Amino acid sequence: MNAIDVKGLTKRFGKKLVVNNVSLNVKPGEIVGFLGPNGSGKTTCIRMMCGLLKPDQGHGQVLGYDLLKDRLLIKSQVGYMTQKFSFYEDLTIEENLSFVARLYDLKSVKKHTTETLEKLGLLSRRDQLAGELSGGWKQRLALAACTMHKPKLLLLDEPTAGVDPKARRDFWEEIHRLAAEGMTVLVSTHYMDEAERCHRITYISYGVKLADGPLGDVIADAGLYTYTLTGTNLERFIPELQANKGVNQVAPFGNSLHVTGTNLQALKRALKPLEQHDDIHIERAETNLEDVFIKFMSDSTDNMQ
Amino acid sequence: MSHIFSFQRLLAMLIKEFIQMRRDRVTFAMMLGVPLVQLVLFGYAINNDPRGLPTALVTMANGPYARAAVTALENSEYFKFTEKDASPSQALSMLRKGKITFIVTIPSDFAKQAEAGTPNILIEADATDPAASGAAVASAPAIIEQAIANVKQKNPSLKQDLLTPSTIIHRKYNPEGVTQYNIVPALLGVILQLTLVMMTSIALTRETERGTMENLLSMPASPFEIMCGKVMPYIVVGAVQVVVVLVAGKVLFSIPFEGTLMLLIAATLVFVIALVLLGYFISTVATTQMQALQIAFFFFLPSLLLSGFMFPYAGMPEWAQKLGEVFPLTHFLRVVRAILLKGAEWHEVSASVYMLFLFVALLSLLALKRFKRTLD
Repeated sequence: MNAIDVKGLTKRFGKKLVVNNVSLNVKPGEIVGFLGPNGSGKTTCIRMMCGLLKPDQGHGQVLGYDLLKDRLLIKSQVGYMTQKFSFYEDLTIEENLSFVARLYDLKSVKKHTTETLEKLGLLSRRDQLAGELSGGWKQRLALAACTMHKPKLLLLDEPTAGVDPKARRDFWEEIHRLAAEGMTVLVSTHYMDEAERCHRITYISYGVKLADGPLGDVIADAGLYTYTLTGTNLERFIPELQANKGVNQVAPFGNSLHVTGTNLQALKRALKPLEQHDDIHIERAETNLEDVFIKFMSDSTDNMQ
Repeated sequence: MSHIFSFQRLLAMLIKEFIQMRRDRVTFAMMLGVPLVQLVLFGYAINNDPRGLPTALVTMANGPYARAAVTALENSEYFKFTEKDASPSQALSMLRKGKITFIVTIPSDFAKQAEAGTPNILIEADATDPAASGAAVASAPAIIEQAIANVKQKNPSLKQDLLTPSTIIHRKYNPEGVTQYNIVPALLGVILQLTLVMMTSIALTRETERGTMENLLSMPASPFEIMCGKVMPYIVVGAVQVVVVLVAGKVLFSIPFEGTLMLLIAATLVFVIALVLLGYFISTVATTQMQALQIAFFFFLPSLLLSGFMFPYAGMPEWAQKLGEVFPLTHFLRVVRAILLKGAEWHEVSASVYMLFLFVALLSLLALKRFKRTLD
């Protein structure tokens, strides 16, 4: 049985189609990265899967429960971490945890909260107001709170937005630890390095699923060829390269340029004129996820307009 | 461009403010609606010299003198005889229930008394609200004297000059006409309404505005559990307020405690529950805390004007009285005044308490129906 097995999810807000016919399969114990630009419908998708929004169309099962009929059962076995910190800032860390423990009917409340505080390393700060915590600690608290009832499925909505790199790394270690214990994780993110930490990624843009699969497959399926240009003052070539039909996109990375195209021959022809410059080094490179995403973004039509 | 004032910058502020004002529909409706409601209520419903006060007639006489006196009282427009054939005990019970403001009792030998020149009429007034009955009571003796004189004139054989009618007035429940006796018990209701409805009206909107609603809804709490959890603390707050106001009323204003304390507390509890549910219902309707408070205030104004708190209920036109019935405060005021000042028993206040129960049932159903389990 899949942890998530939904078909044709569709959601409109007024006239605006936010999620369009998205199907998703997630196996137990998998960590799936949910990617896409801002406003692509990631949050709406996640909210539909944890029972916070009613899909206009579509059906399926989450943890074997019917998405439309068994919302309360789904809620009791899913952990959902919201994009914005949504615990009570005017309650202490311990009070927040006890509140959650009681809502999930955990026995005993005291034991669960103390254990969670211990695991978090917040035992000494248990009486501090949650609102006083830094962004990184708030995120750790939120994760601890929404995994306290040992959910079988964890839905994380951009959990690491605005969190420093060290905290992000610790966070991902925790996610992998939870997955190793058998928890299924669906995590939405903007960060490419985080996508690379997932077993599988799903890319949606403007409500439509564009790609789904292991990282390597998604990159390979995109059919992109990439060259890296290194040298000085490379910016002067950007307009010229962008105007060339053989080039899909040009992206500056520090002192180098990533030039990608879908047709290898056309791309080579486009780069030919630059070879005469001695100060520029042209080298074939591996296409990375970011190149693929930028292609997805520029390919997909914006239905916001 | 001046550093202190630039027309362009002022314009920028003005345009932004107007756009925001227009977007906030509730505020906009409020700004137009409140003056209109105030105008209609003050203009038509409120009457400081209330007429048409419901009156019961207890009479053993049916002669021309009695008829003339009753007709004259009715013609004065102060008295409206809603019960024309009541027994003394029936009439008294209605007075305690607050269904009537006056009992006019005419003795069986009224005609004989009138012809002898000393007719007696007893007017018992519900003086819990001195303002309501004052003008009517003051005008009654002269009206009755004139009516009897008119009848006598038609019979020249009677001595016309000998007429000293005595209209005996009993100001019941508040013989000295102390305004505080009427206001302070009513204030209990008003204070409870003001604080409890306001506090609970932001119950859900606060969660929504702080972003905690999304989290709360994603956890397994049922709408009923959320509602009870949200309103029960305020029932406790209400209970404390009741004790404070009652003790202060006794100590500072020497308010009479005629009735059963337990009955008053039980009835007040029902009222408190109705209020917190009303507030909670508002919070399911409003989208922001600001809106919730505005709706609460929009509700307060007519409830203060039409419940009989600020102006005599009996003096309002019928449509305003009907409108007043939709406010829990109206029913509570009847209960609290009846129990504290008139010593009313359960059977005399039960109708109003049942109305409060009806509010509790209706408001909790409405709130549960309005509560959104999803973020849709």
